[in-house]
Amino acid sequence: MKAMADREVTLMKGNEAIARAAIRCGVDGYFGYPITPQSEVIETLALEKPWETTGMVVLQAESEVASINMLYGAAGAGKRAMTSSSSPGVALMQEGIAYMAGAELPGVIVNVQRGGPGLGTIQPSQSDYFQATRGGGNGDYYVIVLAPNSVQEMADFVDLAFELAFKYRIPAMILSDGVIGQMMEKVVLPPFKPRRTEEEIMKECPWATFGCIGGRKPNIITSLELQPEAMEAHNIHLQKKYDEIRRTEVRYETQQCDDADYIIVAFGSAARIAQKAIEIAREEGIKVGLFRPITLWPFPSEQVDAVARGKKGVLVAEINAGQMVEDVRLAINGKEPVEHFGRLGGIVPDPDEIVNALKTKLM
Amino acid sequence: MKKEIIISGFGGQGVLSMGKILAYSGLMEDKEVTWMPAYGPEQRGGTANVTVIVSDDKISSPILSTYDVAIVLNQPSLEKFEPKLKPGGILIYDGYGIINPPTRKDITVYRIDAMDKAAEMKNAKIFNMIVLGGFLKVCPIISNDGIEKALKKTLPERHHGLIPLNMQALEEGGKIIKQM
Repeated sequence: MKAMADREVTLMKGNEAIARAAIRCGVDGYFGYPITPQSEVIETLALEKPWETTGMVVLQAESEVASINMLYGAAGAGKRAMTSSSSPGVALMQEGIAYMAGAELPGVIVNVQRGGPGLGTIQPSQSDYFQATRGGGNGDYYVIVLAPNSVQEMADFVDLAFELAFKYRIPAMILSDGVIGQMMEKVVLPPFKPRRTEEEIMKECPWATFGCIGGRKPNIITSLELQPEAMEAHNIHLQKKYDEIRRTEVRYETQQCDDADYIIVAFGSAARIAQKAIEIAREEGIKVGLFRPITLWPFPSEQVDAVARGKKGVLVAEINAGQMVEDVRLAINGKEPVEHFGRLGGIVPDPDEIVNALKTKLM
Repeated sequence: MKKEIIISGFGGQGVLSMGKILAYSGLMEDKEVTWMPAYGPEQRGGTANVTVIVSDDKISSPILSTYDVAIVLNQPSLEKFEPKLKPGGILIYDGYGIINPPTRKDITVYRIDAMDKAAEMKNAKIFNMIVLGGFLKVCPIISNDGIEKALKKTLPERHHGLIPLNMQALEEGGKIIKQM
């Protein structure tokens, strides 16, 4: 690893920050397949050769389907494993993610979103919100979804995602997009943390398949259960876990909401653009605040409802046709007007467009 | 201080790396910076552009509606970004790449014949550093010292021998930029 002093401020792309943070967070393995706009993740890992320093495995799989199943295997052994891709690649991974959710396996999936549907475009988008926050594959499940809005958060959320994934034995997703992945900003990488030893893994992950030492009962990693009664009991157990996550892991940020007449709700790169829109609107004397969900699942429903109470209106600004707006409307439940603004197919709205949407839709 | 800058030209003119040197120099001088490229098919023979913001305070959006400075190195870039300059903004263009010069009266327009200068200096690769030198002459947000530090930081050591040539290009750019 290149000498990079701890806590040094440096400049890099969001994708590069993900890769460098992974090495520093004691990740055991990365399995991925290149796709624009996230290929710098695996490029940076190949350049840094962490297998020579921390022992982290970096493998270019033959497909995204292979990557996610490598993640399944590594996670089953209690390892910290991650993959990254962009929208069409993450669509291919959904079967494996559902298997991980069913088998209660921790792991981190990074989606640097591009426009869809299908192969779509390589330009930025936020149109995988539904896929990310509604499970994405088959069955009654959720994954924890973190939405970084800066290169710094790209770096910080890698360790956070792993901590949450292992705490709850659940896949965690970092839902980013081409703006955050491709832009360079200042970043301080997380402090270096060694990979866990086999002994530490055995202690922290008694469920993992590290061999039946001392004749203990075999640990079985599976999502298949043919007895419906047992499967219902397993589903009830999963739902209890999801309820606990909803109670304890909601994360969000507010800016200038106290004196605001209007609230813009936005996540990730759209939240950055919305911040500028708020600067412009306030210069014109329009009092606007920002509510930024950081966890998209669990969604900060009660919190956005509380912030919106008594305001003249809420604008949900997204780079999609209207996805998070459904969660905001469910939360606010008709008490205040909620409108949506978005650009589609890889077009990123500029701050003026958000100000105009605020004026035409709510004022 | 906050400068919202768009640099735009043909792919291969060094647009993205000029932006990168500017951003790294900002970092060296302890400023807040963002570098946001237009990535993808736009870079193949078409227009490549990058938004660079250098500021004393935290930066909100890396995506902008209007700019303080537009550095345009070909005709399509001028047509795209002249209308997006803020009133009182600065437009810098290379004389070689522009057939129809800018027409707005509420901005300050500079011309820099960097392509000619690079040919005179017999090195096409320093074209972007000449342009950067011109920009820093009329908008001195970063010191030459900061640029030199950034070059040391970003260039691999085997290329450090090229730093004096780049610094000379920067100086020349400052000399040949002229207000229109």
